Amino acid sequence: MYDFEFERPRSIADAVKALKTEEAIAFSGGQTLMPTMKQRLAMPSKVVSLTAIEEMRGVRQDGSGIWIGGATTHATVARETKDSYPALSSLAARIGDPAVRARGTIGGSVANNDPSACYPAGVLASRGVIVTDRREIPADDFFEGMFMTALEEGEIVTAVKVEVPETAHYAKFIQPASRFPLTAVFVAKYGDGVRVAVTGASESGVFRWTEAEDALSGDWSADAVDGLSAPDGSDMISDLHGTGDYRAHLVKVMTKRAVAAC
Amino acid sequence: MNRIELKVNGKTVSGEVEGRTLLVDFLRQTLRLTGTHVGCDTSQCGACTIHMNGMPVKSCSVLAAEADGAEVTTIEGMANADGSLNTMQQAFQDFHGLQCGFCTPGMVMAATALLRENPKPSEGEIRHYLEGNICRCTGYHNIVKAIQAASGQDVTPVAAE
Repeated sequence: MYDFEFERPRSIADAVKALKTEEAIAFSGGQTLMPTMKQRLAMPSKVVSLTAIEEMRGVRQDGSGIWIGGATTHATVARETKDSYPALSSLAARIGDPAVRARGTIGGSVANNDPSACYPAGVLASRGVIVTDRREIPADDFFEGMFMTALEEGEIVTAVKVEVPETAHYAKFIQPASRFPLTAVFVAKYGDGVRVAVTGASESGVFRWTEAEDALSGDWSADAVDGLSAPDGSDMISDLHGTGDYRAHLVKVMTKRAVAAC
Repeated sequence: MNRIELKVNGKTVSGEVEGRTLLVDFLRQTLRLTGTHVGCDTSQCGACTIHMNGMPVKSCSVLAAEADGAEVTTIEGMANADGSLNTMQQAFQDFHGLQCGFCTPGMVMAATALLRENPKPSEGEIRHYLEGNICRCTGYHNIVKAIQAASGQDVTPVAAE
């Protein structure tokens, strides 16, 4: 790899300071960033690791929801939310492979907003709020498009908060080589409505399939999805693994499976 | 340069590393612990799997500077105190869980991490856990058997063909 400066601050305040340098990048596990840097698709001159910041780690009950520190690994989330939010635990337990889950973090995943990442779907469906060093951003406003978020220059995701639904399920159609979803759907049913978040499908990254939300809020059953037409395939990712129309079809199938599994 | 101090296989070691130094390069080139292999260098293959603070990690995708203060175990730290193979290593030999041996250090480290989490994994659980470790020789079958045997479970004897 090319050389760069490395810093590993112990507090959020120090990390914010370290990130003020031009071309500095926040590093929160590096399971995406390191391969990206090896290929020089990203070439920051300074890497600021967030993994030693104690106040950004852990999972705790937060009123009726759950607070997850930004630097909490997928393995920890999988273990710590097993009882409090099994669907989120199951999502975390299926990211990548065990070694990736031991390093990758929820803050890194949402900040990167890969159009095929698992967490954006889970966080968006769970009425998530992204907590940063300077504000709180509802997930609805946070995920802006493929690899794009509402984060400003040097802003750090310090935590993610989610509301625990009555029932939920993450249906992931896995791309076996990368273990990313080819398309995956997180369905969450709350007392006052249903959320359906889709990842791996759209050219604009994670999105809510509102037609399905409306149908399922009126009739909570897998059959309720039958009457819907799949989202428009022309806005979907088309690559060697599947066409846009194929992914659009998968959105419907995986939504149905997610509801049936609840 | 970053000064790091960590424990590797129970011994405290320290050194100066560049930001870009990968943990696997620190282990192999600085400490000369060449049992950890680099297969793909893109975090696909798992040959470089080691334990960091008790968790399996791909050491080609961890910066050495990130390991400051960590406890690291590599394949060199796996044998029994008298130098004989430990249960997992012996099972890989007994059940012919390797052919060329290139992936084996990573496989043993991943398998050991699995049994720590799940002492009696089913065949399906073993295969799922090994998703991040690629073997191009064995077809995984004997690796799975070795891990089942190392966990004290019955393994159907391999039929001679």
